[in-house]
Amino acid sequence: MSRGSPDSSRRAPVFDAAASRQDFPLLQRRVHGKPLVYLDNAATTQKPRVVVDRVTQYYVEENANVHRAVHWLSERATEAYEEARATVGRFLNARQSGEIVFVRGATEAINLVAQTYGRSHVNRGDEIVITAMEHHSNIVPWQILCEEKGARLRIVPMSDAGELDLDAYENLLNDRTRIVSVVHVSNALGTVNPVEEIIRLAHRRGIPVLVDGAQAVAHTAVDVQRLGCEFYAFSGHKMFGPTGVGVLYGVSSLLDAMPPYQSGGDMISSVTFERTLYAAPPQRFEAGTPHIAGAIGLAAAIGYLGAIGFDAIASHERELIEYATHALTRVPGVRLIGTAAEKAGVLSFVLDGVHPHDIGTMLDREGVAIRAGHHCCQPLMDRLGLPATARASLALYNTREDIDALVAALRTVRELFG
Amino acid sequence: MTSDLEALYRDVIIDHNKRPRNFRTLEGGRKAEGSNPLCGDRLTVYLRIENGTIEEAAFQGFGCAIAMASASLMTESVKGKTVAAAEALFDRLRQMIAAPAGAPVDDLGELSALAGVQQFPVRAKCATLPWQTLRAAAAARAGTVSTE
Repeated sequence: MSRGSPDSSRRAPVFDAAASRQDFPLLQRRVHGKPLVYLDNAATTQKPRVVVDRVTQYYVEENANVHRAVHWLSERATEAYEEARATVGRFLNARQSGEIVFVRGATEAINLVAQTYGRSHVNRGDEIVITAMEHHSNIVPWQILCEEKGARLRIVPMSDAGELDLDAYENLLNDRTRIVSVVHVSNALGTVNPVEEIIRLAHRRGIPVLVDGAQAVAHTAVDVQRLGCEFYAFSGHKMFGPTGVGVLYGVSSLLDAMPPYQSGGDMISSVTFERTLYAAPPQRFEAGTPHIAGAIGLAAAIGYLGAIGFDAIASHERELIEYATHALTRVPGVRLIGTAAEKAGVLSFVLDGVHPHDIGTMLDREGVAIRAGHHCCQPLMDRLGLPATARASLALYNTREDIDALVAALRTVRELFG
Repeated sequence: MTSDLEALYRDVIIDHNKRPRNFRTLEGGRKAEGSNPLCGDRLTVYLRIENGTIEEAAFQGFGCAIAMASASLMTESVKGKTVAAAEALFDRLRQMIAAPAGAPVDDLGELSALAGVQQFPVRAKCATLPWQTLRAAAAARAGTVSTE
């Protein structure tokens, strides 16, 4: 697709990214006297006013604890919280809202699966398969489990471009493989992994699959039934929702059999000092007062995304990532890291002779917010032979002007260090 | 470019980043490794100490311009100093970096070039990492020094 002439056969509903910026109060502010160019969306996205307002409305008009009292306010809060669960269920096309567990974020979702499903199914000599491009949050929970159980972590290798080697993956699967846990979209490279194929190959051997969707849900529609994965994890704050709330989708047949994660109030059906009976999912996995406002705010973010539509978002972002790829490659000394055929949201790069940290500092003074570092993917950086990269990451409200500002700022970096 | 960036990346810093001095290993001396896990910087500092005096200092590794320039300037400024004098110099450097932006700067010779870090508190660790590593090398402490 060439710049400026979008393929009309794939034209999605019209979406005006520049106009959408008006929905995000924070994008109106200036940084170091310059208009903010926010390109750190893979770390966290900004929040539309509808989300901020919904959270405020909850605290102003509906605040009470859920699942506890018979009073009117508690019923209202419970209703709003459970409606948020139903909204998330529809967002992922889960069979039922009981398959949606609210957690703190994708990290906690993965830890939950490792500590419940993992601890009850992984034994000495068993294997867990992850990939070379996982975030630390999809490495360390499995390492801890492997250490405890005497199991082995197996790693799917990838190409220099950042694409998984599916033949190698297939060869890694065996009778000892107990779970496959794979990132949907890489936070450091932007690679969109062929998760459907990965799941299909695992299922041929009856192995369940967890998909880490933290970087996917802001960019693409997710249908857990079509994917067929047993678990899907994501964070609210990376998809325009509040921090501190996230989701674990788990297919009910597995959730039903899983032991509790944390324990305490709200996750029990009866307690005596002799014996405790646990509640059914999802409450079994939501000990203590949940992040009620967060869940309700997340539902508002889903509503915001739904009104725009993922066809429009994906079409806009696809065009923008192509524009940015062309523009960045034209900056002398820039090398893109992660050049998979299927990418979403992320442009990782290095600039010859300039450390990413220095790029980050200089861009910041131009109002351009990017991330510099290993992006919580040290094994991936080792695989690429890089200490760090600079990363610009996109959201629906980014425009060509943002990319132009990034490129202009990079040229000043180039001049100084040239 | 803004004036605070000009102060941070002054010519001396850019020059030492591009052509780091004493960028090599030293055989038979003491050494220590330092790292900043947040940005992936990793340095090894080598020292040859005789009778309490640093006869030679060198380093290897990679890092941002501030870390590289600070390490390079350090290897030049500690040569011929006692370990105690080098430590005292580090203290003065740290005070300079931690001072409020615009505060009068102690004359630390070439090291004064690092005064621009004052306006970038998140970069202070980049400037101090080589010195912490030097301190560990002087004490010949085992293991890796970390900023975290």
